[in-house]
Amino acid sequence: MSVSSAALLPTLVRRERASLTATLLAPAIALIVATGLNLGLYVLMGRDPVSVIYAMLLEPFVSFASFSEVLLKFGPLLLIAQGLAIGFRAKVFNIGAEGQFILGAIFASAIPIYFPQATGQWIWPAMLLLGALGGALWASLTAFWRVRFNANEILVSLMLSLVAAQLLYYLLLGPWKDPNGFNFPQSVMFQYDAMVPLLIEGTRVNVSLLLALALSLAAFVFMQRSFMGYKLQVGGLAPRAAGYAGFSEGSAIWLSLLIGGFAAGLAGAAEVAGPLGQLQRSISTGYGYAAIIVAYLGGLHPIGIVFSALIMAALYIGGDNAMVSANLPIAAVRVFQGSLLLAYLIAIAFVRYRLEWPRAHRSPS
Amino acid sequence: MSAIEFILAGMLAAATPFLLAALGELVVERAGVLNLGVEGLMAFGAVLAFIIVYHGGGHFLGFVAAGAGGAILSLIFAFIALGFRANQVASGLAIGILGQGLSALFGKSYEALTVPGIQKIAIPGLSKIPVIGGLFVQDIVVWLSLGATLAVWAMFAYTKTGLVIRAVGENPKAAHAIGYRVIAVRVATVAFGGAMAGFAGAYAAVVYTPLWADGMIAGRGWIAIALVVFGTWLTGRIFLGACLFGAVSLMGLAAQAVGVNLPSQLLASLPYLVTIVVLGVISADRRLHKLNGVASLGESFERTP
Repeated sequence: MSVSSAALLPTLVRRERASLTATLLAPAIALIVATGLNLGLYVLMGRDPVSVIYAMLLEPFVSFASFSEVLLKFGPLLLIAQGLAIGFRAKVFNIGAEGQFILGAIFASAIPIYFPQATGQWIWPAMLLLGALGGALWASLTAFWRVRFNANEILVSLMLSLVAAQLLYYLLLGPWKDPNGFNFPQSVMFQYDAMVPLLIEGTRVNVSLLLALALSLAAFVFMQRSFMGYKLQVGGLAPRAAGYAGFSEGSAIWLSLLIGGFAAGLAGAAEVAGPLGQLQRSISTGYGYAAIIVAYLGGLHPIGIVFSALIMAALYIGGDNAMVSANLPIAAVRVFQGSLLLAYLIAIAFVRYRLEWPRAHRSPS
Repeated sequence: MSAIEFILAGMLAAATPFLLAALGELVVERAGVLNLGVEGLMAFGAVLAFIIVYHGGGHFLGFVAAGAGGAILSLIFAFIALGFRANQVASGLAIGILGQGLSALFGKSYEALTVPGIQKIAIPGLSKIPVIGGLFVQDIVVWLSLGATLAVWAMFAYTKTGLVIRAVGENPKAAHAIGYRVIAVRVATVAFGGAMAGFAGAYAAVVYTPLWADGMIAGRGWIAIALVVFGTWLTGRIFLGACLFGAVSLMGLAAQAVGVNLPSQLLASLPYLVTIVVLGVISADRRLHKLNGVASLGESFERTP
């Protein structure tokens, strides 16, 4: 060990056991640090920090109307993040949820676009199911490429997201464009029966929120209580041990990606069959990427993710508010998201490590 | 000009953003670090260069700022992934999201504005050869990138620095045991990779398409990471891969020029689809990966007491 660095810098020392306090505090500390850093940035940009902080952090919660908008963002983020977290715990890094979300929206939209006259209460459930299958199908390409050809799933799933965005533009500018839509890249408005029933009257919050919460519970049971979930986690933590125990890597990859794709596809379907009511170019405001942050911030744990999804949803609405009231560009939300994850990754290091400062007077030994 | 001539003439310029970013990532990965933030580092470098060139600072200063910006942002990645031993995948994604966010934030008021490009330099004689002559008419950055490719190749082939970087990536414990400072070497390579990504972004924004649009990097950072895999961590193959992607990204324009009528979205997806296919073909050969791959890639290094 070189003397100079040892004398000045603290070193990370592995704890005897993981710190539960640090686990629970890490997201809160990360949120405080990220808020502080971003406020500094807003001040540098010449914005009034008090009005930004009010618009971003408090306004989403002060009225029921704005809180209902938070719930509207909460649903898709929660769904996607729960699906991704299962894969992340198995060390299968599906970062293509954005594309799986888009494919879910496309598949779901096929029903009202090809059967605009159809009626009946079967339509919206069929759309949600078809959307979820579409997302899973898109993810299965990545799974196949990884299992069959050993191709890195991070790169393949991301590339497929970029392809999905182009596929969406193609449909909206071509075959699926609303003929009476003044050339806007959007589909026709869907019929009444294609809409997921509202949950709370007077808001846009619909039944899909209950679905997201129910699937969170399912994720909890699957990951914490089932043997299959246990196998997945072992595969992520100790791949060799998992191999010896006969847990196949291939099935872990397939399962992780199918679950992630299913959840993201369902979220995409719920978006077009819910608040949007049509297929649009801007169906996703980066949910697929934000959900990665939600999954990590929630400690990859189904319960933690419920809280982190709520925080991230509030951040989306707060960012919209700050854009209107404090003239803050919407890109500020992405900066906040990135810095939040960075701050969290530092904070979470203290679960396994503690800092040891060099002592000024070391007793000779 | 025929489609072939068009592609040959434009290929190297189109390849340059891929090449610069991939050379940087190659050095980073050779040291055993996986930095997935390249897309965001490029976007950050691009916006810095664009703002400086737009305000009359000139291209040289624009590139310097982009390189410095990329290096500084990537040092935040190093601080977290190497200093705090955080998950490298998550840290890389986070720095990528941050870089893209900062790029969008700073670039907000420059949307759709343009800057002047830079002049091309023709090699006398060679540039007059029919059909392939266009290859020898390139701007200074392209020539410098070719030089950088040679330099990186020579560094790994002939220098001690290259050997130390590889030792740190192959077996960090052994490298530490014989006295090399693993973390310091890794931090240095990450900063180098960040600077190269910054240059790559600058080239895209102020030379190749000197017009600002949010999201203008359009996946090129990710393709650069894929190129390192395609090239199986070998400089020469990465160069060939970058040329291939340069050509593929021009094919859309060439196809339209010769009257092939395909949806523009399909042409825009072409580089991504080619990435997926080539990734499958190259990765399927597991022997090749074992032979050239980096043993400790993505794993954090911890000194055992």
